Amino acid sequence: MKAFIRKQGFLIDFTLSSLMRRKGKNIGLLIVYGLIVFLLASVMLFSHALRKEAGLVLQGAPEIVLQRMVAGRHALIPADYLDAIESIRGVAGTEGRLWGYFYDPAVGANYTVMVTPDYELSGNEVVIGAGISRIRGVAEGDFFSLRSDKGKTYVFKVKSLLDSESELVSTDLVLISEKAFRVLTGIPEGRLTDIILKVRNPREVQKVAEKLVARLPDTRPILREEILRTYDSIFAWRQGIVFVLLLGALLAFVIFAWDKASGLSAEEKREIGILKAVGWETGDVLRMKFWEGAIISFSAFTLGYLAAYLHVFYSSAVLFEPVLKGWSVLYPQFDLVPFVDGLQLATLFFFTVFPYTVATIIPIWQASITDPDAIMR
Amino acid sequence: MLFNPPVIALIMVSVVVTLMLLAAAGLAVQILMYWDIGSGSERQLILERRTYLVSTLLTWVFASELISLMLFIYNAESMSGQFVGAMCATGVLNVNAWGWPALFLKLIIFFSGAVWLAINHLDNQGFDFPLVKVKYLLLLIILPLVMVEAFVQLQYFLGLKPNLITSCCGSLFSSEAEGVVGNVSSLLPSTALLLFYGAGLLMMLSGTWFLWRKSGGWVFSSLSVGAFIASLAGMISYVALYVYEHPHHHCPFCVLKPGHDYAGYALYLPLFAATALALATGAVSRWKHVPSLSAVVESNAPRLAWLSMMLYALFFSVATFFVLRSSLVMAPFW
Repeated sequence: MKAFIRKQGFLIDFTLSSLMRRKGKNIGLLIVYGLIVFLLASVMLFSHALRKEAGLVLQGAPEIVLQRMVAGRHALIPADYLDAIESIRGVAGTEGRLWGYFYDPAVGANYTVMVTPDYELSGNEVVIGAGISRIRGVAEGDFFSLRSDKGKTYVFKVKSLLDSESELVSTDLVLISEKAFRVLTGIPEGRLTDIILKVRNPREVQKVAEKLVARLPDTRPILREEILRTYDSIFAWRQGIVFVLLLGALLAFVIFAWDKASGLSAEEKREIGILKAVGWETGDVLRMKFWEGAIISFSAFTLGYLAAYLHVFYSSAVLFEPVLKGWSVLYPQFDLVPFVDGLQLATLFFFTVFPYTVATIIPIWQASITDPDAIMR
Repeated sequence: MLFNPPVIALIMVSVVVTLMLLAAAGLAVQILMYWDIGSGSERQLILERRTYLVSTLLTWVFASELISLMLFIYNAESMSGQFVGAMCATGVLNVNAWGWPALFLKLIIFFSGAVWLAINHLDNQGFDFPLVKVKYLLLLIILPLVMVEAFVQLQYFLGLKPNLITSCCGSLFSSEAEGVVGNVSSLLPSTALLLFYGAGLLMMLSGTWFLWRKSGGWVFSSLSVGAFIASLAGMISYVALYVYEHPHHHCPFCVLKPGHDYAGYALYLPLFAATALALATGAVSRWKHVPSLSAVVESNAPRLAWLSMMLYALFFSVATFFVLRSSLVMAPFW
């Protein structure tokens, strides 16, 4: 065992010095290889972090959202539905919500306007999200106007800003009092936008949803689990699409690696010939070449992955943002939580090291079986 | 189909691996037909050189199969959020009929790969390559397995539709379930306990016998297969309960979750490595009578057996540790 390790140690030592002798060629390979790892790893880290983020955000969401449907379209729900729901066993709490979207022609963005019992807002006060504050240039204490459905403009005082920690969900949010909301939108008393339900036991959510549909046939329950599942699939799918697009680049890389490995320079050939002449066996040359590949792969993988990590978590993935995140006028700014796992690493391995290795096996073998006399003659 | 990067990677690997094996099989057929170590003809020289290529190809094939086995399980685990009813890998494997066969095929390929690599390593140490025909015949047997695996896995991934409702491990691994799994789950813990440690003990004894008398390698191998199956059954019917601290939760995959301290890795990694090494012991010790190999077998086989027994011992100690550490108390109710 000791002899084996010593032998590998000497082989690595030899390989390193041999690599250093051909700096230009190997640095070129390293850059291309590292770039491929960087691209794939960036996509992977970024979409993974987004999935994670979506999961964290929805953690606090209600288990069920109940909407009323009229002719297949979302409609206002009567407040007396609340009484019918509360008697369902397993429902821990219900709340009617009033919210809607407001298009602001001045900046070309949609706001989400929502009534909240928190903040104790008076009729002419609002609380706004960080995105709106940025785009409209209003701060705490400033005034902020919204147009009602009758075309009349109402001015509100900004009571405070929502903290930026929750920006992913609150960036376009305007919190407002119920009275002001009803005046702005014209939604009559006794009507709500939708109803949220809290269900304490996650195994009962499905049953509660079934009962809701049976009792109130004109409603549609939306489960939190379903939203989570959809997010999970969508981000995984977007990531897959980008990967397939990058497969072209990967193929180019494989051809490049194959070419590099098979186009041995005269000097390299002479080197192998001399090694064999001084007593190296074919297996030894193969082992040396294996270490060469391992060293290059390891360096490229580490460099590429580190660069991708910096790119995603310290520069917010400037290169892939539009594809993976989607876009809107009022897009939240948020920092992603770094997250690395074995699945990512194994997948990345198969997308980079595996093709590289496969592409170089045959050229390496061809190099290793050359006869010393054929080269040195 | 779900367009996940791990899924794309797994399909890509299975296709490339099949192609590599097909190429190797072409060479293998030539070797089986024309190999003659005594001849100095040009064809023989070419064949001898090609054996290096085949060895390199296959080492990589089996290394990738090992990683793809882990990726397959890990991916099933991580996709459990995308299917209604799935809570861990069990649910995702249950989504269609191809999931479990794909996993079992991957396991079989992993173990045959270990045996092949052991024979190959042994053969390379004999100056006259005495096992060359054996290993290439074995390669031709493994090839269809890998092709079937690639096909089954592709069918499995193509059939993964997010709107399918699957069942979670609670319904598959329960005493009310039908079939083998149900029987295993409903084993009385005392029976399972006896089976679990009994098979382990038998295997250890045969290993000791092998180390002492240098014979009976294949007995050790066969008993280790028995111990492997008994260990998996024991995991489901006995150890799992203690890891989850729940008298009815039998799932063999939930142990891989972070919520259970990744206990599964500490259990499965030694168990799989130990079984692979034990199979390799049997495969290697069989060739003691070949003159150019007897010295190598003499030194290699006991080393493999020794390593395998150490890993089995590790597995059983870790399992026992989880049982003892657990706050679940079942003994009075058996």
